[in-house]
Amino acid sequence: MSHESTYKPGTAIERWLDKRLPIVRLGYDSFIDFPTPKNLNYWWTFGGILTVCLVIQILTGVIIAMHYTPHVDLAFDSVQHFKRDVNFGWLIQPIHANGASMFFVAVYIHMFRGLYYGSYKAPREILWILGVVIFLLMMATAFMGYVLPWGQMSLWGATVITSLFGAIPYAGDSIKTLLWGGFAVDNPTLNRFFSLHYLLPFAIAGVVVMHIWALHVSGNNNPTGLDVKSKKDTVPFHPYYTVKDGFAMAVFLTMFAIFVFYMPDSLGHPDNYIKANPVVTPAHIVPEWYFLPFYAMLRAITFDLPFIPARLGGVIVMFSSILILFILPWLDTSKVRSMRYRPIAQLWFVIFVFNSLFLGWLGGQPAEGVYVKLSQFATAYYFAFFLLILPILGLIEKPRPMPKSIADSVLKKPKPDTQKSELAASGT
Amino acid sequence: MMKLHKKLFLLALLALLPVGIMGNAAMAAGGKAKKLPHNHWHFKGLLGTYDKEAVQRGFQVYSEVCSNCHGVEQLSFRNLGQVGGPFYLDECPAGFPESLDCSNPNENPYVKQIAAEYKFQVTDGPDEAGDMFERPALTSDRIPGPYANDNQARSINNGALPPDLSLIISARHHGPDYVKSLLTGYKEAPETVNVAPGQYYNEYYPGDMSLLIKDEYRDEEGHILKTVDVPYGGVFAMVPPLFDGVVDYADEEIPETVDQYAADVVEFLAWAADPKLQQRKKLGMMSIIYLLILSGLLYLSYREIWSKEH
Repeated sequence: MSHESTYKPGTAIERWLDKRLPIVRLGYDSFIDFPTPKNLNYWWTFGGILTVCLVIQILTGVIIAMHYTPHVDLAFDSVQHFKRDVNFGWLIQPIHANGASMFFVAVYIHMFRGLYYGSYKAPREILWILGVVIFLLMMATAFMGYVLPWGQMSLWGATVITSLFGAIPYAGDSIKTLLWGGFAVDNPTLNRFFSLHYLLPFAIAGVVVMHIWALHVSGNNNPTGLDVKSKKDTVPFHPYYTVKDGFAMAVFLTMFAIFVFYMPDSLGHPDNYIKANPVVTPAHIVPEWYFLPFYAMLRAITFDLPFIPARLGGVIVMFSSILILFILPWLDTSKVRSMRYRPIAQLWFVIFVFNSLFLGWLGGQPAEGVYVKLSQFATAYYFAFFLLILPILGLIEKPRPMPKSIADSVLKKPKPDTQKSELAASGT
Repeated sequence: MMKLHKKLFLLALLALLPVGIMGNAAMAAGGKAKKLPHNHWHFKGLLGTYDKEAVQRGFQVYSEVCSNCHGVEQLSFRNLGQVGGPFYLDECPAGFPESLDCSNPNENPYVKQIAAEYKFQVTDGPDEAGDMFERPALTSDRIPGPYANDNQARSINNGALPPDLSLIISARHHGPDYVKSLLTGYKEAPETVNVAPGQYYNEYYPGDMSLLIKDEYRDEEGHILKTVDVPYGGVFAMVPPLFDGVVDYADEEIPETVDQYAADVVEFLAWAADPKLQQRKKLGMMSIIYLLILSGLLYLSYREIWSKEH
């Protein structure tokens, strides 16, 4: 841990335990007296919210697995049986299905927050990379989970996405056959997806532990991006942030509940209420909303390059769009962590957020006509943001003056007049 | 600060504007179904529940008409007598012994009667001699459908497979409005199109009528003449199922029209697709009120705790 332990075992049993397995000390130092910057805003509450999401998914998932049958002839009906005949199945299934969406809402906000406030920069590179690993595992888990109810979108979504691996030169066909367990998405595919869908959340939980460990070594970033300099900059995690996170969680759960109880099917696709049928292809095969930006980038590559056919190009672009996040800490050259003091970077960041939403919208449109051109344009911006804008901007941008410390930023707000003239000076 | 953000937001909105316009242009090409009229449904909204009598009538329409071709395989007879179901009873009607618990669907006299007298029997077995046999349904049985299997269904229907209806409302975009429109949307096909025998034209069916335009309305290269409008909708193999008066309602006040039948059967099918809606909305209301109070208390605690810091 990055700070000195202040835990004092109060009882005989705690003293006995502390000499043998200091687990109470670990909990105390991590979640009670952990010094946390006092200026964290609500964007910082999503870490806790994500933990709650993971726990909800695992608990509901374990119960659903007790009633689910991973067989192509029985899977669809077993989900219906769970919803209709098992006590509270009608509640638990929509929590799990909508929970996946809520998980992604929270993770995207969490990632955009990290991007805006420079939470990936030294000394938090490993913390960020572990986060990207969690994101990748989440995507794999969610994708396989969507296949399990074995509706039309389950089958055809799985067919489209697993077929992508066929584009890999030389090994592609073998990888595809291995994923499918045969020569089409069929019963063996469903069985291995169920097995992995049950396994991966525990892998996620493991990486989350490392993610939190890394967080507790470097400490929280904060909206100013400044390092913690003295005790005046921090407050103990409990009760200050337990109560703030708790409030944010309750608000988040309220929104979650509105989806579960009043529009449980709004985020899904009606076709998934039709049993999977290998001889009938749905009119439009659309992945779940949280994959749409990546799906748009996949379909944006419609042209062949030397040695790279369009199909492979699309796959490379789609996977690169996530893999690029791994090297982000070394792409951004700016010495200033937080974009709060980077007016030009702010502008490009806002465009990046809208561009990502735009890609999501494009992913839901048919891959034809003007949508292809727009997808290509938006994909180009996505990559340019990481490969051109962040590296160059860090070198040429003149940051705004920064407060001396976190405590200063909380106490003394700069007067509006001086701020305006600073804005003018920095060229916006 | 604020001003900059506002400008950026406007900029982003402007950037999205041409996309919206182009989106509409792209939609206009090709055949499409007529826009669905919006109906008022008893089960929509925050507190909406199924209209029990409409679900009962809808079940009558289903079992007298629809069930000739379509099954509802997810439903058992007992579901009809469960909480939220069309024949649920709080307590037994007069004349039944007190020992009977009619809130239990398996003891519900209506449900028992419906199962026993249902038009299709249940295949059970094998018996002692190893043979399968037919018997009247029990409340615990799934509602039997018209066909033994999909192949039989196809062979009877010229190759078309009538879909199971238990989830049809959930399985279509705007399910209730779509199914009602489809049932009431049969029309004489326009002059300009060829409709093959055994196919029926419907304004709301998602098809592509441009493929069926007759040759005399095309130029030499096969393009449709500019003067010809491609009609809405499509053709499919379902015979128009409903006619005024085809089902005899016990309640004299309810009109026996196609429109009324369609609305009632949608109410029934909506219940069949989502039978726990009533419980869900009730618990939802309590959960959300609970969460709002919890949020309020946590917010006040947050203000109290942080007031010492700032």
